[in-house]
Amino acid sequence: MNTVIFRTAAPYLTALMVVFSIFILLRGHNDPGGGFIGGLIAASAFAIYGIANGVAPVRRALYFHPITLAGFGLFLAGLAGIPSLFAGVPFLTGLWTFPHVFGVEVALSTPLVFDIGVYFVVVGAITAIALTLEERHEN
Amino acid sequence: MAGSTGETIDLTGIMVEAGLQPADYLVVAPVVIPILFGALHLMLRNRPVKHGVLAIIGMGLLVVCTFGLLQRVLDTGPVTMTMGRWLPPFGISFSVDTAGALLAFTSAVIALGGAVYAAATSTALESRYGFYPFFMLMMAGVSGAFLTGDVFNLYVWFEVLLISSFGMIVLGSEQRQLDGTMKYAFLNLVATTMFLVATGLLYGTLGTLNMADIWLKLNGEEAVQGPVMTIAMLYFLAFAMKAAAFPLNFWLPASYHTPKYLVSALFAGLLTKVGVYALLRISLMLFADQREVLALFIAWVAALTMLVGVLGALAQREVRRVLGYLVISGIGTMLAGLAIGTQTAVAGVLVYAVHSMIVMAALYLAAGIMARLSGTADMAGSGGLYAASPMLAGAFLILAFSVSGLPPTSGFWGKFVLVKSALEVGAWWLAFMILFSGLLTTIAVFRIWIFAFWRGGPEGTPDGAEAWTVNRLDEKFRLHSALTLGVLTLLTLGLGLAPEMLLSAAADGARGLLYPLSYVGSAFGGGGQ
Amino acid sequence: MEVYLALLVGCFFIVSIYLLLSKYVIRILLGVAILGNAVNLLIFTSGRLTREVPPIIPEALQVPAEATANPLPQALILTAIVISFSFFAFLLVLGYRSFQDLNTDDTDNMRFAEPVDQLPPPKGY
Repeated sequence: MNTVIFRTAAPYLTALMVVFSIFILLRGHNDPGGGFIGGLIAASAFAIYGIANGVAPVRRALYFHPITLAGFGLFLAGLAGIPSLFAGVPFLTGLWTFPHVFGVEVALSTPLVFDIGVYFVVVGAITAIALTLEERHEN
Repeated sequence: MAGSTGETIDLTGIMVEAGLQPADYLVVAPVVIPILFGALHLMLRNRPVKHGVLAIIGMGLLVVCTFGLLQRVLDTGPVTMTMGRWLPPFGISFSVDTAGALLAFTSAVIALGGAVYAAATSTALESRYGFYPFFMLMMAGVSGAFLTGDVFNLYVWFEVLLISSFGMIVLGSEQRQLDGTMKYAFLNLVATTMFLVATGLLYGTLGTLNMADIWLKLNGEEAVQGPVMTIAMLYFLAFAMKAAAFPLNFWLPASYHTPKYLVSALFAGLLTKVGVYALLRISLMLFADQREVLALFIAWVAALTMLVGVLGALAQREVRRVLGYLVISGIGTMLAGLAIGTQTAVAGVLVYAVHSMIVMAALYLAAGIMARLSGTADMAGSGGLYAASPMLAGAFLILAFSVSGLPPTSGFWGKFVLVKSALEVGAWWLAFMILFSGLLTTIAVFRIWIFAFWRGGPEGTPDGAEAWTVNRLDEKFRLHSALTLGVLTLLTLGLGLAPEMLLSAAADGARGLLYPLSYVGSAFGGGGQ
Repeated sequence: MEVYLALLVGCFFIVSIYLLLSKYVIRILLGVAILGNAVNLLIFTSGRLTREVPPIIPEALQVPAEATANPLPQALILTAIVISFSFFAFLLVLGYRSFQDLNTDDTDNMRFAEPVDQLPPPKGY
């Protein structure tokens, strides 16, 4: 797998896939997509980078341990239910706000926070598994 | 909802309109708190943080919330929170009645005890391999299973607690742990798959998964077209397997003695009781007519489970394996109550479940301390522990009374109510089996006590105080284990001496399970009614 | 259509139960994988089948214009797939670890937790 073409292309491919995964994550509320599938795409991006350049650079690039990312995602997803407490509606009720940033209406909501949490859980968990398997393969 | 287009849709009867009090969040707090703390533990896994203290804080919060919830349910009747405001059958709701809240509170107390014990025993390596996150997520699963009002959601919580329990049982990866996990994992997987099959068929038949809605449809005017009896039987099979009822009990004695003692204690205290609770909720509340038909069959299963449990216990020499079989025997006792099915009997099941959670967890912890003291888990190889620790001997004695169902402990009241209800409906043979299994349990546990505590040392030790020495325990472990075991022992003693509160709560829970009109009303009324 | 799928589900169950009854771990694992698929297909079938109408509401509308496929079984299956996937991953690793540490994938030889030659309980006090 360590061809020059693959090794040269892998960083660009990884960057593109991560961007695409975020696109998929953000369009997920009303269209096909969402945190789960976005997270899978991002995790496969890191896996590709790991196959091309070895596991150590991926771990360096991620900075946090993948499991820590998963924990952060779980925490975020749990927190996404809490704002409904202050709005006086049941847990996990979607709360929306539409601020105008530079003249563009941006839809921010608690489901978005929840979805980002899911994204991180999936990225963290799948990357952790993939990197462990690749490490085993390298040795 | 996302768009700001003008068209409006009438949402009355589809979404909850009424506002909520902050106190209503007690319904979801027992699930949210462990998840948040589990996530924190995951994030701080490799950091030099006092994981044990964090876990104690989390479980402490859990105890406070479940206690508040129990108080509220006892005051105002069943409480429902409908996630995202979508009323059944669209959304998922958490509906809590007394039975669920009572068991959730008891499990939280045991989890707090477990966290205190873990703070002294768990090593940095175990934290690294994720003991605390698994523990927290397992508690989220257990609480979720007790509180949810949706059948598929119940399945999800089962899986949450199961996957976390896999992580906990294999922690350490010794040979016998791998072997035990193998049996535990595969057989529980089959059980939950059975549960999922039944749920799929139920959805195909009724078109709803909300428990209140299912109850309305099954007890409505029109007869339900579909294989309701098959579904009821599949549910019974799945939960009986989870609860380790004969003849589906073999995974339990094959695995419960292999992990860390604390993990065994948590499993014995919490997991099989989730199976019993699910049986009560599904078989008793939802499939009441089908349970009537199955009553004799369940009675046989119950009697055989009790018998197999105690006979197995008598045939073992390792302390934890004896206890594993006693867990099974206790499950049989609870199934007997399910078979009888009167209000008194169900109240007896709830009392016995609370008692069994406390006492089995405490016995496993006591076994852990005994194994540390004498360096072996074999009762024939240990002895002289009375001289080493009279307090432990006393605690074990009380627990032995309790598990055998003798006064003045909580076990007595559970069996008393069950036997009374059995005699009321004329099921004298079931009453006899409960008492007979109690007698054999007495022999099994008191044998441990006599071997490990009462005699001076193992076979062949000469008489005299200095003849047989035991290991010394470090100060921190002594403190934490004494605290945990002491509180659990005093709890079983206290519930035995002053059982009124437990008995009245259990009676209320049984009424709620048998006549769930207020439960159904709360699920459809939404909000805080 | 439901009838054919129901028959297919039956076949899946037959195969998976046959494999689960084997004493070799690797076959049991294959059985587990097929069992998961059998259940997913069962849920899918019990939600009734509708062809070619995905349950997505067009941008301009608040409710779907025509009767769509039932989205709930799809959500249930997605959940069940994730769960059975993680289960399968765990069991696969467990099977592999057991094979390494216990030197066998024959469940008859897995007698570490409950040894064959265990002593009888002590008699008398």
